[in-house]
Amino acid sequence: MDIVLQQLVNGLTLGSVYGLIAIGYTMVYGIIGMINFAHGDVYMVSAYITAIVVALLSFFGIESFPIIIIGTLFITIAITGAYGWAIEQIAYRPLRNSGRLSALISAIGMSLILQNYVQISQGARQQGIPTMLTGAVRFDVGDGFVQITYMKLVILLVAFLGMGTLTYIIQRTKLGRMCRATQQDRKMASILGINTDRVISIVFVIGASMAALAGVLITLDYGAFDFYVGFIIGIKAFTAAVLGGIGSLPGAMLGGIILGVSESLFAGLISSDYKDVFSFSLLVIILIFRPSGLLGKPEVEKV
Amino acid sequence: MNATIDYKKSTIDAIIAGLMALVLFGPVVGVVLQGYGFTTEFDRVAWMVAVVAIGRFVISSFLQSNKGKEILFKHSSGDDAGVVVKSPDYKSNMVWIIPVVILIGLMVPFIASKYVLTVIILGLIYVLLGLGLNIVVGLAGLLDLGFVGFYAIGAYGLALGYEYLGLGFWSMLPIAAILAAIAGAILGFPVLRMHGDYLAIVTLGFGEIIRLILNNWSAVTHGPNGVSAPLPQLFGLEFKRRSRDGTPFHEFFNLDYNSGFKYMFVYLILFIVVLIVLHVKQRLVKMPIGRAWEALREDEIACRSLGLNHVLVKLSAFMMGASVAGIAGVFFATYQGFVNPSSFTFMESALILAIVVLGGMGSTLGVVIAAFFLTVAPELLREFAEYRVLMFGILMVVMMIWKPRGLVRVTRTGFATRKGVLK
Repeated sequence: MDIVLQQLVNGLTLGSVYGLIAIGYTMVYGIIGMINFAHGDVYMVSAYITAIVVALLSFFGIESFPIIIIGTLFITIAITGAYGWAIEQIAYRPLRNSGRLSALISAIGMSLILQNYVQISQGARQQGIPTMLTGAVRFDVGDGFVQITYMKLVILLVAFLGMGTLTYIIQRTKLGRMCRATQQDRKMASILGINTDRVISIVFVIGASMAALAGVLITLDYGAFDFYVGFIIGIKAFTAAVLGGIGSLPGAMLGGIILGVSESLFAGLISSDYKDVFSFSLLVIILIFRPSGLLGKPEVEKV
Repeated sequence: MNATIDYKKSTIDAIIAGLMALVLFGPVVGVVLQGYGFTTEFDRVAWMVAVVAIGRFVISSFLQSNKGKEILFKHSSGDDAGVVVKSPDYKSNMVWIIPVVILIGLMVPFIASKYVLTVIILGLIYVLLGLGLNIVVGLAGLLDLGFVGFYAIGAYGLALGYEYLGLGFWSMLPIAAILAAIAGAILGFPVLRMHGDYLAIVTLGFGEIIRLILNNWSAVTHGPNGVSAPLPQLFGLEFKRRSRDGTPFHEFFNLDYNSGFKYMFVYLILFIVVLIVLHVKQRLVKMPIGRAWEALREDEIACRSLGLNHVLVKLSAFMMGASVAGIAGVFFATYQGFVNPSSFTFMESALILAIVVLGGMGSTLGVVIAAFFLTVAPELLREFAEYRVLMFGILMVVMMIWKPRGLVRVTRTGFATRKGVLK
């Protein structure tokens, strides 16, 4: 019983992070109908930037945890957002009118570029940052106990704040209205005076910022990372996006949490060696039986 | 239209690009993590920012000139015909070139040194993989990112078949092709009904599942330690120095032992198999099924309206590609004498995809050239090995923007109505 509860808690934090990354996939897919294959690597870049900012801050003698986490969040989100913007400009914008296959191959190329670029500039070895927030809350359950570290609480809090802010922006502001209009019908939106190219750029920046939020949280909690981390987490976040219904914002968050919880339960109760196999199989199964996901609309093909 | 180049605009573009490069490269390139501390390398950042700013200035100025405007116009108008159709009475020079290439190919093992031969064998294995993926991506337009999974099935098929069932190279060659095709069918059948982009991710997941199983199921696959694979035999003659049962090849023919013999033999079989696959592919393209692949790639809805069963057509391409990868896997295992899961990562799939993309989707000649270029070039330029993957990535992006149909355009001889047929 305590194992199940513990894994539920772990899964919830993991899932909220998957949800944050899935937002990037789902928004980009919704607006230009392509899988941004390089998104996982944007997350990876943000993990490196997090470690660099933490190292710089401690070099300048800043030790207090709230300042570190807020400073890291702001700087990392800004720089990673710039990465999202640049990737769209270089690799996707010139291909706006070509086929989907071209855009996807270009995205794979971008993913390889990012991985190798970080590997060359930072070295191939595994990197890490020191743990900064220790301590945990414990609940007694039956014979055992459930432990929630303070860092996990911070992750949940920040992740839900991030998701809430984004939902507010998309639902209530002018910018969000422009995004939704472009998503529904790009041509019509541009006729009505929306600069759709700019909206697409903004969506990429938002996606990258959400990935950066996830990158900061996971890196501060987990500590270790290398240039290859974006690959697996990218596929899993994509699975989450598909599970929730690609193109749907609440779907991405819901899908992330479902995936995180089920993966943690599988790892805790059955086998942790095969937890990646479980996630990938889940992806295949969803796509076979319900390709439009939990909250997505079925895709209608038009000539 | 006589263009004057507005250098002020170019300068502003260059400054913006330079500032952007500073933001992007500054932290990641300039600050190198060392444990929990860091070292700074600002000279690298300065170089990169300078290169970006100057490059942007040159491109911006060039695009304002007449020639640049022409290129921009061409790009935006989308000159995108699938194939170039030659006139019906066009005679290809290939009739002369192909026999010469075959003759040279057959002589290679007797001229080349052992090292060169091993590099060429590797190149040919990638030619095979490229041809297989070319059927799937190039002809049928299905992006398969888990192609390496079928390659692994072939390679592990030989190694495990030998260990548990005593099957040798010759029996595994067809069995591996069939196994890979069956795996392709099992994966493809449910998945191929879906949209193209989903297919890419599902196949990617499949490739990873295969690798994870090979890595984790130690009881059967020996996990990361790998399994040894047997060498091929010539009518029961082995290519070892000493044979436990029977006579080795060199004793039978009264030759001195030479460790190069086995590579010569593997090369010759591989060369013949590549020729067969090339021939089959060349014929398939002209058959109804090959035409259905290409038609489906260009316009799926039109094909379905005309009554093509799109799932079966796609499935046939998928299985055909998979079986070629299975055969390539058998050759890889026997050539290395050993397989382990680290040979079958996603990077390998990306390399094969780069071969197909560079060679031109659907073009056979292009794929052969690209396969040799991408496998032999890293051998020659060892000091740039670090930048290999970076090059693949840049290649993919640039090719998609500049020439999405690849360097070698697909050509096809047209058909003319016979004389006497009413028009």
